[in-house]
Amino acid sequence: MPPIADSILIILLLTNFFILGTASLRAAIRVIALQGILLALLPLFVETHLTFRLVAIVAMTAGIKGLAIPSFLFKAIRDVHIHHEIEPYLGYIPSLFLCAVGTAGALLFADQLPLAIDHRSSLFVPAALATLLAGFLVLTTRRKAISQVAGYLMLENGIYVFGLLLYQSMLVEVGVLLDLVVGIFVMGIVLNHIQREFSSLDTEKLSSLRE
Amino acid sequence: MIVSLILVPLVAALVAFIVPSERVRPWIVALTGAAHTAATIAIVAMGLRLTNVAPWLELDALGRLGLVLVSIVFLVCAVYSVGYLHLRAERPNRVFCTVLLVFLAMTSLLMLSQHLTLMWVAMEATTLATALLLYFNQNQRSLEATWKYLMVGAVGIALALLGTLFLAYSALIGLGDPTLMFSQLVKAGPDLSAPWLRTAFVLLLVGYGAKMGLAPLHTWKPDAYGEAPGVVGALLAGGMTTCAFVALLRVYRVADAGGQGDFARGLLVTLGLLSMATAAIFMIGQRDFKRLLAYSSVEHMGILALGIGIGGPAIFAALLHTVNNALVKGILFLSAGNIHRAFKSKRIEDVTGAMRRLPLSGSLFLVGFLAITGAPPFGPFVSELLILTAAIDAHRWVIAALYLIFLAVIFIGMGSTVLAVVQGEPPNDGDGTKFRESPLRVMPMFACLALVLMMGVWIPEPVTDLLYAAARLLGA
Repeated sequence: MPPIADSILIILLLTNFFILGTASLRAAIRVIALQGILLALLPLFVETHLTFRLVAIVAMTAGIKGLAIPSFLFKAIRDVHIHHEIEPYLGYIPSLFLCAVGTAGALLFADQLPLAIDHRSSLFVPAALATLLAGFLVLTTRRKAISQVAGYLMLENGIYVFGLLLYQSMLVEVGVLLDLVVGIFVMGIVLNHIQREFSSLDTEKLSSLRE
Repeated sequence: MIVSLILVPLVAALVAFIVPSERVRPWIVALTGAAHTAATIAIVAMGLRLTNVAPWLELDALGRLGLVLVSIVFLVCAVYSVGYLHLRAERPNRVFCTVLLVFLAMTSLLMLSQHLTLMWVAMEATTLATALLLYFNQNQRSLEATWKYLMVGAVGIALALLGTLFLAYSALIGLGDPTLMFSQLVKAGPDLSAPWLRTAFVLLLVGYGAKMGLAPLHTWKPDAYGEAPGVVGALLAGGMTTCAFVALLRVYRVADAGGQGDFARGLLVTLGLLSMATAAIFMIGQRDFKRLLAYSSVEHMGILALGIGIGGPAIFAALLHTVNNALVKGILFLSAGNIHRAFKSKRIEDVTGAMRRLPLSGSLFLVGFLAITGAPPFGPFVSELLILTAAIDAHRWVIAALYLIFLAVIFIGMGSTVLAVVQGEPPNDGDGTKFRESPLRVMPMFACLALVLMMGVWIPEPVTDLLYAAARLLGA
């Protein structure tokens, strides 16, 4: 693996800390979009020949993770008027600390695992595990549904990074299916908002009047 | 031919989506279910060695067992839902019927998958499909239940994908090729990289265990089963959990072949006992009879995991219990659904005298309770006893003792709630009694009951053969 790939992975690790440390949902989503672009660049360093599949993966990752999902999330923020994470279950400083511990743990754990010759001395495995852990941390410690979706996206990004190690099998593409879940989550948030807004128009109540 | 088990429900789903009539649509589901069951039984009974379109679609013994079971559960639910949707005519059923058929197609795909990735895709598709089924009532409570289900399910499915990747990596290191075909993984056995295989099994156990509802990943279950229509509960507790269990068993088979059998069985025993304990605690004094059934489902998933964890003859017993549990869950959830309708409440403060207001559903609810807690002469009695004797024969005294204690506590806890529902006088509220027990809403339960009785008294030879073949696959 060329050193550029490792540099990208280090930036990815830093963005994890940023998302954990910010209360602004807009800033978090912007960084999620940045993560999507970083992930889209990574396959270029795994596969050295320019193939149709490589172009398709890069375009798809950038399009979905870098563009479509972030803009979908921005739209949801506008619709439900929620801009800040309020009182997370775990404060920002402790969660940053936990993220640091998790990242260190991921580096140590990855050191224990036997790796294929091509993958030794690269950061793919620890970066994947650390991003996964950071995502799990966001998912479990944040109150707002949109933050939880951001956490799920990070978790998914970690899996994507690991999937690149198995580039020759079709596993990278399969990971995109998880983005489908994210789409449904965002729909759920908007639906929830609509239901609260129009709670007097609850369809259940309409039917009980008729029976 | 085999592919038609997947394609026909998908085409029917498309037809159901296009058909404009709200009355015709449920019949399409029921007819497709009947055709699917007939085709499945024909394929399995004739033991057709079908020429396959692809090596990754094949029916192994485990798939045959699971396919027959899920197909029957689906048929029961489909026939019931004709009556149910007729009752809920105020609600559009286009999405509900379409999704039911997609669910059938995806469960068939899962049973046929001989490739881990394909199996994972099928599991994810059933997760998304069932989320839409849970949201059928479209109110705040069902939205909350669906959200929780999706959150736990989505994390589970993500971890299962990571586990799948780890397994591929263990093959990459061991064989130089990241294969995910079950046959190749099992053949490779000890060549697979042990640390990666172990981690992969843990992740896949957490992932598919969350779909099964093993404690501590069961938190979505009480909300989902509590808020969903009874028929969806029956489909989830009898169908989807069976799918997740089959997925887990296939992974277990790889782990066992790779020399990690003891490690895997230890984890399964722990999660199994933890699930039974959790269920026992929450079933005592449970005042919501639908949530009660959810915890019963947690308990029985625990028993399944425990059976595999004990190993040897208990594997056969666990597979037998998979069948029994799915069938009894059909009786319990559908009768609970009827009682919920007739009383417009699922809390035991409001629901008493179900046997008087609904003689058939009330009695079936009581019989279902007796069956699931292991009373003779029903099927679960046999399978639960077989697991106990297997534990004793293996000198696993602590496991056997805990197993008996949990079963006893659950019998008492579940019994007090169930008896409160079925006994006594119905409340004198007059307007709750519009609900009638039409044949379509009762017959499916009697079909389940007949099968459960048969499994308790005399298990037909083809079924025993199927169970033994599946158990042999898992090293029993």
